[in-house]
Amino acid sequence: MAMSFEWPWQYRFPPFFTLQPNVDTRQKQLAAWCSLVLSFCRLHKQSSMTVMEAQESPLFNNVKLQRKLPVESIQIVLEELRKKGNLEWLDKSKSSFLIMWRRPEEWGKLIYQWVSRSGQNNSVFTLYELTNGEDTEDEEFHGLDEATLLRALQALQQEHKAEIITVSDGRGVKFF
Amino acid sequence: MDRFVWTSGLLEINETLVIQQRGVRIYDGEEKECCMAILLSQIVFIEEQAAGIGKSAKIVVHLHPAPPNKEPGPFQSSKNSYVKLSFKEHGQIEPGRIKAVGIVGIERKLEEKRKETDKNISEAFEDLSKLMIKAKEMVELSKSIANKIKDKQGNITEDETIRFKSYLLSMGIANPVTRETYGSGTQYHMQLAKQLAGILQAPLEERGGIMSLTEVYCLVNRARGMELLSPEDLVNACKMLEALKLPLRLRVFDSGVMVIELQSHKEEEMVASALETVSEKGSLTSEEFAKLVGMSVLLAKERLLLAEKMGHLCRDDSVEGLRFYPNLFMTQS
Repeated sequence: MAMSFEWPWQYRFPPFFTLQPNVDTRQKQLAAWCSLVLSFCRLHKQSSMTVMEAQESPLFNNVKLQRKLPVESIQIVLEELRKKGNLEWLDKSKSSFLIMWRRPEEWGKLIYQWVSRSGQNNSVFTLYELTNGEDTEDEEFHGLDEATLLRALQALQQEHKAEIITVSDGRGVKFF
Repeated sequence: MDRFVWTSGLLEINETLVIQQRGVRIYDGEEKECCMAILLSQIVFIEEQAAGIGKSAKIVVHLHPAPPNKEPGPFQSSKNSYVKLSFKEHGQIEPGRIKAVGIVGIERKLEEKRKETDKNISEAFEDLSKLMIKAKEMVELSKSIANKIKDKQGNITEDETIRFKSYLLSMGIANPVTRETYGSGTQYHMQLAKQLAGILQAPLEERGGIMSLTEVYCLVNRARGMELLSPEDLVNACKMLEALKLPLRLRVFDSGVMVIELQSHKEEEMVASALETVSEKGSLTSEEFAKLVGMSVLLAKERLLLAEKMGHLCRDDSVEGLRFYPNLFMTQS
């Protein structure tokens, strides 16, 4: 998976890997980290990760620069992402997490827009159709992982724009 | 021992009992004997012989020759002119002193011991007293030289004069403010603060307007020589500098480090120049910065930390050490 991922300038800046004590500086630093995590996971199509993986991943470990973000600081970055709605812990012990480069609500909006545009309100879809169907090939949410999709649909459900139902071989959704 | 007369041991008519001592033995020369008397008029003088291992304490009584009309005693003649009285149970008599046994005897022993200890201590400190006297002489000497310089007496060149003056500055102060002169407490600290302002002006200017309190402590106490300041006194005096509107002030950094800086010194402005220095070099540790600027590492670190606090620098903390970089987080998009 050797992507031509473009690392941001901070990635080559040693202080990036030290949690800054100055509050204003730290704010900027964390914002940069959040953005980096999301773009990294988006490019590598990584929707979930464990903390252990994260520690050793080039994301937090710049081998060339000989700098690693310490695990306590990684936790702080992940917490920031959670607060922003881009991360969800998958277990109580906070060892693995779901990472969503777009928030579920944002995905929900995109999906609903496509549904409305194509005049398919009141239609029923299987989850698979939505993410892997021919009709959605050009859509951004094509190929979206199921966990994220579910959360997107749950967000729409909250807004009474959709309902998650059970179909013959799994789950589906009805749009209103 | 022919000075003795036999006696019954009972008092004669014109005699009164002054003191009585148990456990006393009379020796005729070196030989032990029994109940006898010696007239007090016969005694020339008395001396003590201290007790030793296996030897009891003794009183040696030196006697006049026997008068011709002496009463009969155990001996008609003796070659010795003294007798020794041995005391097995302590409490030997001193002429004229009321002796005592028991508790008073113990008390007296303690008193003697205390006097002995006192003497030992005094002897031990004799050297220190001598040192103090010498130090006083040195201060006097430097004062007299200072005066000579002032009056331009003696053959000293301009350079030497200046040099000597600087030695004096770092070495001697006349009349150090002492606790005795002013008592302890605020009054003392106020006076001390004023004196400090005088002493520290020049050294501070030499060192770029700022010195750590430990540096100040060393400098001031070296100059005083005697009547050294305790750290508490120094700190308390320094706390009053600003209140007394003196040209220096005490400043405490977040880390707890205390410094004295000239009122004219603006540490915040120094930060701007620190940023320039760091930017030029890309990044610097406290030690590297200290070396470049010619500061102590302690003060260099404080300046860098202040720059970080103000948002001009950020840090890189790794196994390689603590380095400071320009804060690109803020300056770059």
